[in-house]
Amino acid sequence: MEIKNYVFNFGPQHPAAHGVLRLILEVDGETIVSADPHVGLLHRATEKLAESKPFNHSIGYMDRLDYVSMMCNEHAYVLAIEKLLGITPPERAQYIRVMFDEITRILNHLLWLAAHGIDNGAMGIFLYCFREREMLLDCYEAVSGARMHATYYRPGGVYRDLPEKMPQFKPSKFQSEKEIAALNQDRQGSLLDYLENFTNYFPPRIDEYEELLTNNRIWKQRTVNIGTISADQAIALGFTGPMLRGSGVAWDLRKKQPYAVYDKLDFDIPIGTTGDCYDRYLVRVEEMRQSNKIIKQCVDWLKKNPGPVMIDNYKVAMPPREEMKISMEAMIHHFKNMTEGYSVPEGEVYATVEHPKGEFGIYLISDGANKPYRLKIRAAGFPHLAALNELVRGHMISDVVSVLSSLDIVFGEIDR
Amino acid sequence: MTDIQRFSNWFFNLSTALGETTVEVKPEHLREFCLALRDEPDCAFKQLSDVCGVDYLQYGVDDWQTESATGTGFSRGVTVEPIGVNPGEKNRFAVVYHLLSLTHNQRLRLRVSFPENAALIVDSVIDIWPAANWYEREVFDLFGIIFKGHPDLRRLMTDYGFIGHPFRKDFPLIGTVEARYDAALGRVIYEPVSIVPRVLEPKVIRYGN
Repeated sequence: MEIKNYVFNFGPQHPAAHGVLRLILEVDGETIVSADPHVGLLHRATEKLAESKPFNHSIGYMDRLDYVSMMCNEHAYVLAIEKLLGITPPERAQYIRVMFDEITRILNHLLWLAAHGIDNGAMGIFLYCFREREMLLDCYEAVSGARMHATYYRPGGVYRDLPEKMPQFKPSKFQSEKEIAALNQDRQGSLLDYLENFTNYFPPRIDEYEELLTNNRIWKQRTVNIGTISADQAIALGFTGPMLRGSGVAWDLRKKQPYAVYDKLDFDIPIGTTGDCYDRYLVRVEEMRQSNKIIKQCVDWLKKNPGPVMIDNYKVAMPPREEMKISMEAMIHHFKNMTEGYSVPEGEVYATVEHPKGEFGIYLISDGANKPYRLKIRAAGFPHLAALNELVRGHMISDVVSVLSSLDIVFGEIDR
Repeated sequence: MTDIQRFSNWFFNLSTALGETTVEVKPEHLREFCLALRDEPDCAFKQLSDVCGVDYLQYGVDDWQTESATGTGFSRGVTVEPIGVNPGEKNRFAVVYHLLSLTHNQRLRLRVSFPENAALIVDSVIDIWPAANWYEREVFDLFGIIFKGHPDLRRLMTDYGFIGHPFRKDFPLIGTVEARYDAALGRVIYEPVSIVPRVLEPKVIRYGN
């Protein structure tokens, strides 16, 4: 009798596939012979849609690429436009952007840790991570009105200054006045007060996560020496971010090619040694601590330095609402900006940010029009998923789930 | 910046704008140039960040002339045909590669363009940078450019059985087919799109904004 390899589908609706991924696995017994991911089930042609709209209309699409690190995507897009226009946002706006980039990094890593925990059989961690995520999503809401898809950054700055008041919980038939008062207790000050409180609250919570996982025997059995990749291989396969740093390469765009105000802030870049799932876990947990440190520095700076958060070039930025009521000029600028938008000088740029998942790049070609001629999104997770076959070959079926979740993939950005 | 002028017989020209260097590579020398860029110690472009297809068909073509006032204004929801097609001297299709050198902390952009009426075939760089695998599949899928030597050039993003290359400028934004469930046949069927494409915001080109 001849025994043949078995080919089967993993997904597209498998809960451990982190979205709609169809993975075709060829197995020899329990061992993976090859893995062929079929992507594109979430393809929305964001790049083509952007070609048909004025520049500012596509900022909202950026949130929906990697929908767990929204503002970082926006950052790369506005950086590309700013580079072509030759404008620099005010320093306060840059600090706000860095602060929200780091909030976003924590949001992303918390969701990743929650999902990674569940995939490897640790159920409790999910609830703890979501508890802290909720606090940061409230900051998103306070500043933009939306919990996730903020559309907060603009070429030339940010949409508005940080609010003086946090949104409050309201009593309902499920929660009494007294319970609500307790919930609202740390929301009495401004957003910056709330965040300062968070930066003190958060590090002990990370210790709690680590207590649950870092030395946990089952956790280590599931992740140590699983999905190992060497530094040279990782570079050749186009890995960036924690995937590359987990293999011991100290490469972080925030340090190597600083943008915004990262060169004025004090933080460290954690790196791993072996490049397995466990090292990537350690790198990401340490990155949360570092992000917390950056947020703290930004809060201190922002408290001391009030100022404008948007440039006053009304060809690009919106004039203030009060001015529109009395100035004809301002009203014309507003009308032009809201309909046709601004024209961007002819040229091409590649702008990158250190996204929570790696290098997120926007390659923008402008032919001098009010719309991008071509917008190419270099998604951080794309090369990571492309290398899945190299990572899982020879492992067991259950390891595919560990490796897949340690890649930290989100199909919003891979399919675009 | 690394001295890449010494490879000058492999490319047409080298230009720097906004602090970024672009090299227009001769298609027939792409592979030897890429190998040199990866392996020469003073280049060491060990990472391929991105591969991107570009269709220059409507480059510099606007929907609405802004130089003179016209009596035929652009109202909302008007269907327009582009006034002209590709007036510049740019070739229609190009493939753009973004390289990154971690040792020297610098980036480089390579552009390979296809002369008028030439076949859309370029050498694959998959054996130089394995990262090119999916990037080239994506460009093939969306632009129909063929990478010679790619072992597995399947479509990546579009649906199984998709026809056409959607990111070409002459492919309509709303697509060509729409799907619906046909109760009589008991399955999902594809039909030509029934909605009419509209331009909500005309493309205009203004200088000295």
